[in-house]
Amino acid sequence: MFAYILRRVIYAIPILIGVNLITFMLFFMVNNPEDMARAQLGAKQVTPQMIETWKEQRGYDKPLFINPDAKGLSKVTETLFMKESLKLFTFDFGISDSNRNIGLDIKERMGPSLAIALPTFMIALITNISLALLLVLFRGSVLDTSMMVVAVMIMSISGLFYIIAGQVLFSKMWHWFPISGYESGWNGIKFIILPVMIGVFAGIGSGVRWYRSIFLEQINQDYVRTARAKGLSEIRVLFGHVLRNGMLPILTGVVVVIPTLFMGSLIMESFFGIPGLGSYTIDAINSQDFAIVKAMVFLGSVLYIVGLILTDISYTLFDPRVTL
Amino acid sequence: MILSLLWTDILVWGLLSVLVVLGWGASRSAQVRQQWHTIFKSSIAMASVIILLFYIIFTLLDSVHLRFAVESDKGKNGQVQYTEIVSILDLIFAHNISGTERTYSAPFAQHEYTKSIVVDEHGVTKQEYLPLKHVSRTGETLQTSFIAVITGLTISMVLIFVHILWRSKTGFKEALRETIEGRTALPWRTAYVTMTLLIVLFSWFYMLSFDYHVLGTDKVGGDVLYQSLKSIRTGVLIGILTTLIMLPLAILLGVSAGLFRGWIDDVIQYLYTTLSSIPGVLLIAAGVLSMQVMMNNHPDWFESTLERSDLRLLFLILILGITSWTSLCRLLRAETLKISQMEFVTAAKAFGVGKLTIIRRHIIPNLMHIILISVVLDFSGLVLAEAVLSYVGVGVDPTMHSWGNMINQARLEMAREPMVWWSLFSAFIFMFILVLAANLLSDRVQTVLDPRNKS
Repeated sequence: MFAYILRRVIYAIPILIGVNLITFMLFFMVNNPEDMARAQLGAKQVTPQMIETWKEQRGYDKPLFINPDAKGLSKVTETLFMKESLKLFTFDFGISDSNRNIGLDIKERMGPSLAIALPTFMIALITNISLALLLVLFRGSVLDTSMMVVAVMIMSISGLFYIIAGQVLFSKMWHWFPISGYESGWNGIKFIILPVMIGVFAGIGSGVRWYRSIFLEQINQDYVRTARAKGLSEIRVLFGHVLRNGMLPILTGVVVVIPTLFMGSLIMESFFGIPGLGSYTIDAINSQDFAIVKAMVFLGSVLYIVGLILTDISYTLFDPRVTL
Repeated sequence: MILSLLWTDILVWGLLSVLVVLGWGASRSAQVRQQWHTIFKSSIAMASVIILLFYIIFTLLDSVHLRFAVESDKGKNGQVQYTEIVSILDLIFAHNISGTERTYSAPFAQHEYTKSIVVDEHGVTKQEYLPLKHVSRTGETLQTSFIAVITGLTISMVLIFVHILWRSKTGFKEALRETIEGRTALPWRTAYVTMTLLIVLFSWFYMLSFDYHVLGTDKVGGDVLYQSLKSIRTGVLIGILTTLIMLPLAILLGVSAGLFRGWIDDVIQYLYTTLSSIPGVLLIAAGVLSMQVMMNNHPDWFESTLERSDLRLLFLILILGITSWTSLCRLLRAETLKISQMEFVTAAKAFGVGKLTIIRRHIIPNLMHIILISVVLDFSGLVLAEAVLSYVGVGVDPTMHSWGNMINQARLEMAREPMVWWSLFSAFIFMFILVLAANLLSDRVQTVLDPRNKS
């Protein structure tokens, strides 16, 4: 088990290097540090000296991939790419183009992101699975078919609509919740309810359809027929057999998502003014702050890979046939 | 008048001709014909296809761009001056382009949405609603509506008549009776009803658009109906062309990874694991940001704002295509691995059939259902993604008509009392109908083509 995890972590390294390479190429093929410095410092009254120090602070003064001035191995290590990548691997995100400590920012903003993403994820998981089980119990009935039509409709509506409609209805017209904002601790709960509700509802269409198809695939299996032949009630069959065996495909889709919850939701956070990582990313994109975008890309990739490893580990816990 | 096609126009018409050729080729296979026949047996699928066809017709109308010679400016050095580039759709809605108001107005409104300060003839300053400039006040709405509906009905009756005549083998009367009673092999009755509804609705909106702003006007007085119709092209293009970019990549890499194994497989697996581990929006954002910088550095690539926004749309489609091939590639690789183990491939190899022929004759046909399902499945997701990306600021050009941009602009007006709802509403409705039709069709395609559903 330990050896397996170690091997997976080592496999992750070339992938993360690849991720860095892609972001680097995307940005520095077309951007040069000179212009970036000018854009950040403001066009007026910039001395060449200021640009040099700005570049030096961020390591942008070194060549991209190969340093012709250095000797031996440092031809490759004394470059912008190596320096920056190595720093990222120690989770040192450096300072942003607009002089903020990215590592600190991320630590501060993870909490609010989780406060929205975690409840949304949990409630959505429980509602979707219970609704799907209900539909499977009444499969082929009017309830099942009409709910499936409703599900297709729910997933055909843009997520932006749910947010805007929710804000207008619950905040503007009925004044149940504040329209946006955030506060930590229990006082902040009034800010969280609406985004969580909307997040759950927006995902219900595709979620219920997905879980339902998983359960329906199980229900045609031989073991279900055996269970019924033994005289088990349909409820017992569903919860004792179908749900448990459906856990495996569910795990594949679900566990991967858990670590990325830290990244927050871009749209939700920016609409509801939540100071999480999602709105941080949007702000960085809008102000074209390369350092932050790069840090978020790296963080997102790490979390995704962690999710993949967790998925494999969860298999061993839920499926006795799988050993690592 | 000269034809002045944009890059995306060329791609659209190119894609259309490729599809026609492919469709003609595939229709000669009895099995494929049978499959599509089964798909369209469902009346929901039939109705969805008619709706999608309507959207595609608008896309095509908006994908022929023209320039007109200006008569008066010819003199100076013998060169003919040309007007701005316009599409056929622009020509149809020319009265709406020229007929802009000053600011917001509600659907069918007679006056502006906000009060303005006016000084009347006695020198008294008052606040009142100014009347709209391009709205008729003759009050003949009912009459116009009546004519519009009759015209719409006539057009669709003629179309239906021609179609029944074309497909009837037992004589027109018998065919008509079968259609009305719903006894035809394919649900033509549903198709005709859907088509008639759409044509009547459009002709009603169009006739009234001469007298009113049917869906209101936006902040700078632009007609919302025209904007929503223009946005169709952006949405459909992103949905269709992205898959066009993605397909060759996914098929080529997926099949070669599954077939050749060894280091090729390793490299391709590394490539798609790396790409898919980057959060999608961030990868797209990074791509669009660098594309913006590149376009700012090369102003010589485009002549007008229209060409710039078109180029940006093209790049966006390219970026979306490059970021979205990974999941299909993974599926195709797994399926190719499975197929290449099967007896018929081994037999072909034993007969000394070349690798390329094996791919063409044995592997690709067996992957077709996966490819088709993923194409129809991705379409609706991409249309919805456009709105979100435009909101984040990495979507299409802000000057381009798109549902995302409409939502993004209207969103800022939510705080107004009473609400300015019509821009949002129109964008969401137009998007909803397209995505719903695509989702319903993709459901049907999936049920029919997926071999796992055979039981």
